[in-house]
Amino acid sequence: MHKFFHYFCKLKNGSPKTMEPPVGEVHSNIKKAQIQRPSRRKATLRAMKWRRDKFNRRLRQQVNDLLIVRRLPRLLKSRKRSEAQEPPKSDYVRGLLLGKSIGLGYVPVSFTFGLVAVQMGFDPWVAVFISLTNLASAGQFAGIRMIAGGAPAIELAMTTLVVNIRYFLMSLSLTQKIDTKLPTWKRCIMAFGVTDEIFALAAMEKEDVSFPFFGGLMTCPIVGWTLGTVLGAFAAELMPPLVQACMGIALYCMFIAIIVPPSRSNKKIFYSILIASALSCMFKYVPVINQISQNGGGWSLIISAVAAAALCATFFKTDEMAEESERKEVAR
Amino acid sequence: MIQFTFTTAGLMLAVMALTTYAIRVTPMAIFHRKLENRWFKDFMFYIPFCVLAAMTFPDVIYSTKSLSSGIVATVVALIMSWRKRDLLTVAIGAVAAAVLVEYLKMVAF
Repeated sequence: MHKFFHYFCKLKNGSPKTMEPPVGEVHSNIKKAQIQRPSRRKATLRAMKWRRDKFNRRLRQQVNDLLIVRRLPRLLKSRKRSEAQEPPKSDYVRGLLLGKSIGLGYVPVSFTFGLVAVQMGFDPWVAVFISLTNLASAGQFAGIRMIAGGAPAIELAMTTLVVNIRYFLMSLSLTQKIDTKLPTWKRCIMAFGVTDEIFALAAMEKEDVSFPFFGGLMTCPIVGWTLGTVLGAFAAELMPPLVQACMGIALYCMFIAIIVPPSRSNKKIFYSILIASALSCMFKYVPVINQISQNGGGWSLIISAVAAAALCATFFKTDEMAEESERKEVAR
Repeated sequence: MIQFTFTTAGLMLAVMALTTYAIRVTPMAIFHRKLENRWFKDFMFYIPFCVLAAMTFPDVIYSTKSLSSGIVATVVALIMSWRKRDLLTVAIGAVAAAVLVEYLKMVAF
């Protein structure tokens, strides 16, 4: 037992000569002496081993360098390191990287838009032009439906106004997050990029939204939206006709996926959706009033949406408002 | 087949683009302070949901080839979105359901 204790003590004190203590040889006193004072032969052996290892290592490295696949992880690692050492990214690049995923997500929806527009009898370039100038998912679909239905311009303008009125709110909210000294022409450029998703990301920023950041944020979505429309408008024939006929539901799915998740946790939103749907169905099915919703149903959409929102605003106060009123009462 | 080109629908395209842009640019260019009216704020809070719901609900069941596939796809989309699935996943799932129903109808009858 004391021998083992002795050995462990030696390990702890660790003289440099006992770097590789062979475990099996500890019990012999002679071997112990050899560990403490390694012979000249052992030193040369160690040196030879070291040289051989070095050679092997070099050889392996050269082989690795020849095989590009083996080199990839190292290259990636070095690239990552260089990125980390770079100075902080400019606002534009930061926005560009953030907006990348939105741009990708837009492609299938705008693909559907291109498809539907061409099916309705629009020239493919007209569809692309609409996408580029509007950048509004629901508004564009409603708009082409109205144009195809032969609605007058005033009704088209009213429908576009009602369908896109949420952008008004978003723009308004965004004005609170931008520098008050920002010149008007820059504000006008920023206004073009206000969509549901871009606004959501910009609103999540902690500090004020700068002009280059917002510009970067809106670049990828605009490209993705336009590109998706081009693909949908020109490559529509490549899809099987059965799938083409069923693609129209993709837009409505987007709406459902936007409105249903928040209504799970917020009962008021759920009721507002129910009221709006009921009113809209009424304008579709009740015999006398469904005369209003000819020419693509613009007026019925306006009336049911505004009426439902007005009803909800009157009868279901939002939590934020309730808190504010409570705070005011306390202040009094 | 092509009925709407830049010449036949040019006015409508301009109306659409200008209206959409005007909605976005008006608050940006004009407003510099928060609106205080509570009712108007509530109204603006509900508007997106009401607009999207009113656009979706009677029309979604007619958006596929036939009524039956439309109803099935709508139910699939509602269930998937209720379970908080991704936007793209919901769209693909509903389109797949509609295509499946249409295909089964084609095979069966």
